[in-house]
Amino acid sequence: MNWLITDNTAPAAALGKIPEVSYADFYNDLAAKLADVRYHVAHYFALPSGDRLRFFCLLLDDNTGQVLLASHAMGYHDETALPSLTALHPALHPFERDIAERYGVRFDSMPWPKPLRFPFDRFDRSSSMDNYPFYTMKGGSLHEVNVGPIHAGIIEPGAFRFICNGEQVLHLEIALGYQHRGIEHLFEHTDNLLRRMCLAETVAGDSAVAHATAFAEAVEKLTKRERPAELERERTVALELERMAMQIADTGALSMDVGYQLGQVACEALRTLTINTTQAWCGNRFGKGLVRPHGTDHPLTPEKARMIRRNVGEIARRYAEVCRDIESSPTLLARFEQCGIVPREEMQRIGGVGQAARASGLARDIRTSHPWASFAKCLHHRSIVQQQGDVMARLTERCREAAQSAGYIDRLLELYEQKYAAGPTPCPAPDYTAALAPSSLSFGLVEGWRGETCHVAVTDPEGRIAAVRIKDPSLHNWLALALAVRGEGISDFPICNKSFNLSYCGHDL
Amino acid sequence: MTLLNTFLLLAVALATPGLINRIRARLAGRRGIRFMQHLYDLRLRLRKGAVYSSTTTALFRTAPSVYLGAAIVAALTIPVGDLRPLLAFEGDLVCMAYTLALGRFALILAAMDTGSAFEGMGASREALYGALVEPALMLAGGTLALLTGCTSFARIFDPAVMPGAQFVIVLLLTAYVLVKIVFTESGRVPVDDPRTHLELTMIHEVMCLDYCGVDLAMIKMAGWLKTALFSLLAADTLAAAFCLRWWIAAPLALLLTGVSVGVVESTQARNKLVRNTTFILTVAALAALAFFTAYLLQLNIGLA
Repeated sequence: MNWLITDNTAPAAALGKIPEVSYADFYNDLAAKLADVRYHVAHYFALPSGDRLRFFCLLLDDNTGQVLLASHAMGYHDETALPSLTALHPALHPFERDIAERYGVRFDSMPWPKPLRFPFDRFDRSSSMDNYPFYTMKGGSLHEVNVGPIHAGIIEPGAFRFICNGEQVLHLEIALGYQHRGIEHLFEHTDNLLRRMCLAETVAGDSAVAHATAFAEAVEKLTKRERPAELERERTVALELERMAMQIADTGALSMDVGYQLGQVACEALRTLTINTTQAWCGNRFGKGLVRPHGTDHPLTPEKARMIRRNVGEIARRYAEVCRDIESSPTLLARFEQCGIVPREEMQRIGGVGQAARASGLARDIRTSHPWASFAKCLHHRSIVQQQGDVMARLTERCREAAQSAGYIDRLLELYEQKYAAGPTPCPAPDYTAALAPSSLSFGLVEGWRGETCHVAVTDPEGRIAAVRIKDPSLHNWLALALAVRGEGISDFPICNKSFNLSYCGHDL
Repeated sequence: MTLLNTFLLLAVALATPGLINRIRARLAGRRGIRFMQHLYDLRLRLRKGAVYSSTTTALFRTAPSVYLGAAIVAALTIPVGDLRPLLAFEGDLVCMAYTLALGRFALILAAMDTGSAFEGMGASREALYGALVEPALMLAGGTLALLTGCTSFARIFDPAVMPGAQFVIVLLLTAYVLVKIVFTESGRVPVDDPRTHLELTMIHEVMCLDYCGVDLAMIKMAGWLKTALFSLLAADTLAAAFCLRWWIAAPLALLLTGVSVGVVESTQARNKLVRNTTFILTVAALAALAFFTAYLLQLNIGLA
């Protein structure tokens, strides 16, 4: 079967050039390809156009760095059921559930046919949170514990239903979708690119830079204009600062959950220092307003570059001490090791991405496999991979990645200081009005701190953005959390949860 | 003397939470809240009314009073050093342990009464750890009774009755066991974490989730009294090893609990829940060791 082969730095693909195949071919070929660990699906979505529904699939090849595009179509009112790919490859479950929920497409023998996020224009209006089909088990010694629907710490909504035998969790079902804001619709219902950038930043507040970069990438691929290398470097610095801040924050949160006060307060202080560095650069602690298409409102100056380098060096040094303390403390190791294990095979089956996958030995990292911007040029990223797949592995992953990010920031800013010590800033102001390629599909694929962040933008024949499809890494990894707590004590759920730290709003969109 | 004893008991009960907070804050590099902040919080709670869930019965409403009453009665049997407690009779050692158990029983019933999944879980944990800590407590008490031949705390901690230097090691071991019991009974790290916001990991706190206002204040006060009672017991035992005087025992109780809890909570993670069982059983094993050592030592003396 035909795929359109492109990569993460190539310009947008014309819609006409994306091969349209029959569903049987698509089904057979994708099923065969996904059996190979080198392939995984970055996005699979349906777009209605007139009386047709066209399904697009972005398949990533981790070995060659290729991105494969294909599509299939059916009549919008066609009611034939399609054989479900989820039955063969559970990794596709969120995509098929989303398509089924929005457009009423029926997937035959779909093993987990549940609503995903309750959009307001869903096909089946009677499906709501009140009649969510929770999984049930029967037995005299079983009991259900419902946690939620509001998380007590971060005040985000999600319902967690545990089926327990005493203290042991047999099954955890996570029901999300409370926070669906229709953010993809909001992208479509405005023509203002600045507003769209601001929306991208709010997809998930803790990954503002990652989502903004992914969307800016998608837009810039549509205009096919070259970017200055400086701009790419600044975005990479911002992205790595965000990664550092979040990895440190999560280390602190994990310490707090096991009652380890020293780790908690040290990490909280370091995280504050990191996000305050971002604030000193662009005026916002989460880097909102920093990433803009074709330019930036907050170009680095030599003074700011020096300030960031100094702070990052200090943070990396102190954070390394905290990590050493954690890794050498028996009481902490007793809590984190052999807890919440997700084996590599399971992680691969459910399509885990990002740092959680890497902690389970699955080396999924867009920075390595599909490098973009600075990662394709001056940085040669080598993923950090742990094998154990337990809470400790995910914590170690955080410690190592934060140190690695600090190294990248230092390298990029050193380059900057050498080149532009005296001269004026080389970054232009943002351009929101550049013409976009008509009838094209472009995507931004970025490795945020949580993992692979994907924005797909599709333009209409007049060159306006007609649809945006967003994927946050949490979409895949929530299932990994559910698997991690199986067989664990229910009192270990909080540290398993923190070790993933997944996004509610990134999932719910 | 009895008045001074009661006063010291109250002083230890009221000052310990403040000292723990202060030490934890200092170790974290912070200034910390006011030393008496918990008393201001208490005043606030006492002024508030209470809200009751419609699924609860009278059981739920009476539990805090029973819990506090039990803690008061138990605490009144504890001498501070060589002072005489308000309540003293033969066998008050056993009475103290089971009065506390009565309070715990009331709270467990109240937790089940709410019908909440969280509280049921907390009740089951509290019942398990309560049952496990009981042998440790009885063995520690038994050791003291064995050494002195009395079953009333007032007479056990009488400088005239306290045995000689050969029992110092037994007293030290018993004091250690009692300090560990303080950690368990007052729900501190590594057994429980009183500061956590995670209901799924709580033991004692989760049983009190549905309480507010006056009821919560009563539960808090009972908790302080229990902590003070056990730390005074530990301090008395330790002081008995060298100098059993009230002006040693009272500050010792405060320091023993305040410092050890503060330091442990700052530098250590809490146990995985299943490991608590091992932790408490180890304490019970140590108590058994102390008991049999005392027994053997006494046999030896009898022979000589």
